[in-house]
Amino acid sequence: MATRIPRLTPEQFAALGRELDALRRELAGDLGEQDAAYIRRVVTAQQRFEVAGRALLWAGWFPPAWLAGTAALSISKILDNMEIGHNVMHGQYDWMGDPALNSKMFEWDTVCPAEQWRHTHNYVHHTFTNILGKDRDIGYGLLRMIDAQRWRPYYLGNPVYAFVLMLAFEWGVMLHDLEIEKLRTGRKSWAETKGLRRRMWHKGVKQALKDYVLFPVLSGPGALATLTGNATANLVRNLWAFSIIFCGHFPEGVADFTEQECEEETRGQWYYRQMLGSSNIEGGKLFHLVAGNLSFQIEHHLFPDIPARRYQEIAPRVREISDRYGLRYNTGPLSRQVGSVWKKIFRLALPPSRKTAPAGRRGQRVAPEAARVA
Amino acid sequence: MVRNPSFARAGWRHVRRVLDSRVVSALTVPHGVDRYLGLVNPMWSVREVRAVVAGVAHHTADSVTLTLRPNANWRGARAGQHVRLAVEIDGVRRTRCFSVASSADRADGTIEITAKVNPAGTVSRYLKEAARPGLMVALSQAEGEFVLPEVLPEHVLLISGGSGITPVMSLVRTLTDRCYPGRITFLHYTRAAGDVVYRAELAAAASSRLDVVFSCTAEPGAGRLDGRFRREHLLEVAPGYADAMTYVCGPGPLLDAVRAMWVEEGIEDRLLAERFTAAAIGADVRDAGGELRFTRSGITTPNDGRTVLEQAEGAGLSPQFGCRMGVCHSCSSVKTSGSVRNVLDGALTTETGAWIQLCVTAPCGDVEVDI
Repeated sequence: MATRIPRLTPEQFAALGRELDALRRELAGDLGEQDAAYIRRVVTAQQRFEVAGRALLWAGWFPPAWLAGTAALSISKILDNMEIGHNVMHGQYDWMGDPALNSKMFEWDTVCPAEQWRHTHNYVHHTFTNILGKDRDIGYGLLRMIDAQRWRPYYLGNPVYAFVLMLAFEWGVMLHDLEIEKLRTGRKSWAETKGLRRRMWHKGVKQALKDYVLFPVLSGPGALATLTGNATANLVRNLWAFSIIFCGHFPEGVADFTEQECEEETRGQWYYRQMLGSSNIEGGKLFHLVAGNLSFQIEHHLFPDIPARRYQEIAPRVREISDRYGLRYNTGPLSRQVGSVWKKIFRLALPPSRKTAPAGRRGQRVAPEAARVA
Repeated sequence: MVRNPSFARAGWRHVRRVLDSRVVSALTVPHGVDRYLGLVNPMWSVREVRAVVAGVAHHTADSVTLTLRPNANWRGARAGQHVRLAVEIDGVRRTRCFSVASSADRADGTIEITAKVNPAGTVSRYLKEAARPGLMVALSQAEGEFVLPEVLPEHVLLISGGSGITPVMSLVRTLTDRCYPGRITFLHYTRAAGDVVYRAELAAAASSRLDVVFSCTAEPGAGRLDGRFRREHLLEVAPGYADAMTYVCGPGPLLDAVRAMWVEEGIEDRLLAERFTAAAIGADVRDAGGELRFTRSGITTPNDGRTVLEQAEGAGLSPQFGCRMGVCHSCSSVKTSGSVRNVLDGALTTETGAWIQLCVTAPCGDVEVDI
């Protein structure tokens, strides 16, 4: 750990851990009716958008109805996947004891089976955030997203792969657990993935049947309008989810870590890695809602199972802690963060040129003022 | 609201067949049809029993009697059975068992439960203070073997103590509704006569065939008998008890005393008992000691104070886990009974059926986990 994350002393790490643990305790102790009412309100809104969307698309031959229906269904899918699905599956509402909002029982309106998501995301990504070689969300086995990934000619296609992944994001998320890069290099056999493939098939077929067969057929002569509406809603959700999620860890300046650095990690060091390895997006209340509060990625990574509506409330305090320890709190408006991500996708398509790459990264990772704190 | 419940039920069966069909399931993937029915009416569900509070009565200072109107999924209760009732308090769903006190033959489609208020309790206190008509609760189907036999005996002896009166009340009401031709002796133990929830109704119902006897343990002379259960009481009010079908419900000591006497006389095959225990909330917060039981695998291990995950692995189990630091919820499982402490924030959980993270939860005393 000593070489690449040098600027916090063991005492500072311990103090940081204690401070954030105390904040967590405070939040956990305060959960109650308001949080329950909030998530129920969001679920109700999502259902209404869904029902309205399906109903309007039934009259989808009439262009304004198609437009409104598609928009409503897009919002429904975005809310379902992000503010509801992602957050419920993190166990943010397990304390309520409601089976409909339980992390182990929830299933979402996307092709990736919830069980696989919980493994790749909740466990692998959230535990080993930004550790190269352990966090498979660094480039999803498909892209070069950090300088430390060794360049290969394959990565010349980085922007193309990213663009295709963006369009078909829900399918990419589903296939993530297959670990295609390992299959390609022979580190994992096709036969090993049998169970995974079966579950993907079951969920994928159900989702596709609903959106691309049953609802269109129910629309009779308007089948084509419903089909295109449903497909567009899925696409809109894909574009949105991809953009928000890529802003969570990939803008320039977000730190990555090596396995050696993170051996024997203390709680304070784990918090430290989560803070430096995530980035926020600035925006208004409504924006944060449709972003599933993933726009508070830093707060989410510190406390992944605290209801997301609380992130907004604690963000100033987390920022104050970051500043006090001299840690970079990476945030910016959506346009800047998205721009930064795409710039990086293009930049990393090319082999590293000596004058830019490693030195700059190292400069961002360290904590320049931290020495003063202790 | 449809007035005739049986008509509504028949109609509902047809609707449910459609809603439960494969096509509707496929259209409502992945959330299921219930989530959309709830948009129209929160009482509607394809399978779940939900009930709305139709009436609230406060017969005594420390009890509340609720009339519940379950939805059409309710399959009815036999006299003497109980239900698990779930109600949301401060955002947390809490489940408790309550005996159904109403007659099994009640025609208006409602059931009645009575909760005795436990001052340290969450649910009973909430029901006493906050239950109003219109409150929605979730119910299980009726459960329990404390019921009448197919062929009714000539003499039924009912013994109850405190809040144990509720299932016994259901037996009395049902037998009365069915014009039971035999004799009922109802012997109830209470601290004071004023504590008896159904006192007025029982007094009115008493007849040559229904003998209602109160024994007050803290108010001598207030009932026909005084003090706790003893053999002399039976000899006085039901000398033929050995030939009767006997039901006993109430606190542990009463049950133990009755059972001991029946066993001693070799007539325990004519005794049915239902134990009522007040939840010992937060009473036992030792960090080690007691036993940790894994219900699904049937393994029991002495609780050494480590996390449930470590103790389970120590006992040879291999529950699913991920981060082992309270982040990923991969190891979340249901705690079926006992108190547990979150080792990260020290929070104590006593709720039955709560989901706990095995990797950051330590048992306090006797605990059962469903793994």
